[in-house]
Amino acid sequence: MSVFVRGLFAAFMLGWTLLAGAQPLEVPPLSKRVTDLTATLTAQQAAMLENKLQSFEAQKGSQLAVLIVPSTGEETIDQYSIRVVEKWKLGRSRVDDGALLIVAKNDRALRIEVGYGLEGVLTDATAKRIISEIIVPRFKRGDFYGGIDAGVDSMIGVASGESLPPVKPRANGRPDDFSRLIPVVLMLTFVVGGALRSALGRMPAALLTGTGVGALSWVLFGGIGAPLMAALIAFLFILFGGGIGHGGGWHSGGRSGGGFGGFGGGGGSFGGGGASGKW
Amino acid sequence: MNKAWALMLTFLILGLSGCGYNDLQSNDEQIKSSWAEVLNQYQRRADLVPNLVNTVKGYAAHEKEVLEQVTAARARVGGIQVTPELANDPQAFARFQEAQAQLSGALSRLLVVSENYPQLKADAAFRDLQAQLEGTENRITVARNRYIKAVQEYNVTVRRFPSNLTAMAFGYKVKPNFSVENERAISTPPQVDFGAPASNKPKESAPGANY
Repeated sequence: MSVFVRGLFAAFMLGWTLLAGAQPLEVPPLSKRVTDLTATLTAQQAAMLENKLQSFEAQKGSQLAVLIVPSTGEETIDQYSIRVVEKWKLGRSRVDDGALLIVAKNDRALRIEVGYGLEGVLTDATAKRIISEIIVPRFKRGDFYGGIDAGVDSMIGVASGESLPPVKPRANGRPDDFSRLIPVVLMLTFVVGGALRSALGRMPAALLTGTGVGALSWVLFGGIGAPLMAALIAFLFILFGGGIGHGGGWHSGGRSGGGFGGFGGGGGSFGGGGASGKW
Repeated sequence: MNKAWALMLTFLILGLSGCGYNDLQSNDEQIKSSWAEVLNQYQRRADLVPNLVNTVKGYAAHEKEVLEQVTAARARVGGIQVTPELANDPQAFARFQEAQAQLSGALSRLLVVSENYPQLKADAAFRDLQAQLEGTENRITVARNRYIKAVQEYNVTVRRFPSNLTAMAFGYKVKPNFSVENERAISTPPQVDFGAPASNKPKESAPGANY
């Protein structure tokens, strides 16, 4: 029996490693505007590009980034780069003014991935021209920094032509994340319901709490089924449940805001616009 | 006792989404918007075709057969009544897919043929159109992938217990998705595969360009 189990386990592990081997390439984390995983750029060159992109963002609000990877693995550069931008979310939320210049050095392939908000000026044709007329000739000479720098310059030049909403200082905290309020609703049910019950008696308290919870969850979540359920549960709980004992600990999750100092995507979306090229 | 109650209540309230009604609503909306995006991108491609055909005609007028195929496929795509309800009808959905796949095939043949005309390839307008076509094909791939994910999520909600009860009560049914076979063909960008001679350089050809 145990041999069988062990065999099963081994087979499972083998399958797992095989699966893991077939996994597509991991998307690197976004911590700065210029991510070079191939050590092609010197620290100084990377810093110069970084400054250029940063001042453009400060002036125009649009987030451009550069990524250099050795290879995109099994995937084409198009497939890989859409995964990268889906994770990085360059560009401002709802303005979607992000763009990524991605170079797969050993594949000799590159791509400009354009966010929805920049598709108007940085069209596929323009992106293709930047690639084939500006970047590729320099790459062919082995001048990677020159190609990327000139490419970034033209992307900035083109993107400057798009009329975008003015730059706003980034708002702190995430707005309207309703699901975070679920614990609050729970607490209210316990506390208010318990208090009402000792004040008014079981039945009125249960009715009141039920209605309150129902209304609150209707406001928060919409729909009909869920608020009704919530109301019913709260009602039953207060009606039949025991009182709330003291001493229930309430730990607030110490969640840090994050994003200070480093660079992060602003929440922009991409739809696969842009162009790819080879050298 | 109290603790047990508190726990149960917590689970029940957290499990409200388990009744699945809201999930169904948001999944359904997600599908609608992804489907609109798919249609939008297919339309964008169809809009490129007349320009492309005209440009190619200017240099390669005697490639009649290919040009006619593209025009015919374009007409067929345009002839399908595209409504949001199309996505709910498996048969109409399959017809739509087939027509689009035919246009993909015809377009990639057109690009193969155009490789034989150096002057055409050097034409700036043609190059721009080609870049737009490539970009649009990629957008279609992305839109289709997102649609596939949205439908998958929706179908899981419709079939899983207990949300399947809610789905049954409100008449939500499993939706057809893009087929895997077709998906593989489509997610490979139109590749130029030279079985035929008369090409000056071997283009990179990937397997799976079987439209």
